[in-house]
Amino acid sequence: MLTVADVAVSRGGRRALEGVSFELRPGHALILRGPNGIGKTTLLRTIAGLQDPAAGRIERASGSVAYAAHADGLKGAMSVAENLRFWARIFGAAPATVDAALAALNLSDLGSRPAALLSAGQKRRLGLARLVVLGRPLWVLDEPTVSLDDASVALFAGVVRGHLAGGGAALLATHVDLGLPEAAVLDLAPFRARADRARAGRPASFDEAFA
Amino acid sequence: MKALLLRDLQLATRAGGGFGLGLAFFLIVCTLVPFGVGAGGDVLSRIAPGIMWVGALLACLLSLDRVFALDREDGSLDLLATAPVPLEGVVLAKAAAHWITTGLPLVVAAPVFGLLLHLPAPALPWLVLSLALGTPALSMLGAFGAALTVGVRRGGLLLSLLVLPLYIPTLIFGAEVVRMGAAGQAPTTPLALLSGITLAVVAAIPFAAAAALRVNLR
Repeated sequence: MLTVADVAVSRGGRRALEGVSFELRPGHALILRGPNGIGKTTLLRTIAGLQDPAAGRIERASGSVAYAAHADGLKGAMSVAENLRFWARIFGAAPATVDAALAALNLSDLGSRPAALLSAGQKRRLGLARLVVLGRPLWVLDEPTVSLDDASVALFAGVVRGHLAGGGAALLATHVDLGLPEAAVLDLAPFRARADRARAGRPASFDEAFA
Repeated sequence: MKALLLRDLQLATRAGGGFGLGLAFFLIVCTLVPFGVGAGGDVLSRIAPGIMWVGALLACLLSLDRVFALDREDGSLDLLATAPVPLEGVVLAKAAAHWITTGLPLVVAAPVFGLLLHLPAPALPWLVLSLALGTPALSMLGAFGAALTVGVRRGGLLLSLLVLPLYIPTLIFGAEVVRMGAAGQAPTTPLALLSGITLAVVAAIPFAAAAALRVNLR
């Protein structure tokens, strides 16, 4: 479903990670670990197609990735259900999935409330409900459990498990224990770009900005 | 694309959306000018076409910085970039929403505001027509500027500096249409050039703005 082969990513013209290779098959989850600033977010954004890898090759079906990052893409002036219905329409998903997604993340009672009035944890759950709505096979999640309480983390782990059971795959960057013992763990620390090569990328960075 | 257009219109008309802001600004400009230059009909009616067009330009500028910046702040732009809708379509939908909430009200209200500035009656239909043909180009060029400055904090001023020079051709021909209309001539040439600019901008800008967005998303 996803093949990452010898990929290097750069952030602001500086190499962050290099030589990253892994494979993710349907029904499997992979958790990325590593210290702050090593380039987890950059790697996930690259895999989601928001930027090009500096080197190497990423293979995935086009339109297979559902990406969720620190910001949830919610409009405070719209209600919880309206927010989800909007993303369902943009991604061409069936409107019926909205109710199922709200139920899956325990948001059914909040459907008509403006998103601006949600707590941080409820917003996060709404952001994760979007993943269920989109129905895309590969979930790429950046710190999905920020501001979630224990019960919600367990709820989220259940949703991920359901997604894996349905033939999906998930790639997560997280520091907390999700309660997903079946997920493989990849430590990114050995792939940190060497300092000399990180700087060698500098002269090319101007052209890179326009590549 | 339709969903995005509808959502932007919905957001604009809700609390804090800024709908009518440009129109109110336009009204204030049109009422301030007579105070400044004196309500004597002669001078005022001579400068009215220029004032109307400059006012429309500035009113358009007012709401431009939110076209992409809000969506970037809350992460929607990242999600739109991974959506099946091409970014060019996103730009087109956003510019269209901006025009409907900012340009279209100006077109509709222009005849009334023209009276405030003693614009001669024969020029009023030309004013409406020139604004209707010219303001889409303002929204489109503005979307390009907004795409370029989307990653810049407090990018509003930079956006104005980038976009206002691009508005000059539209301003020249738009005001010329009204001036010739006021003088009783048929403004065919400036009208054709105004439409040409708008068509060229609508055809080319979505690609340029989408490229700028892609660079800024990295």
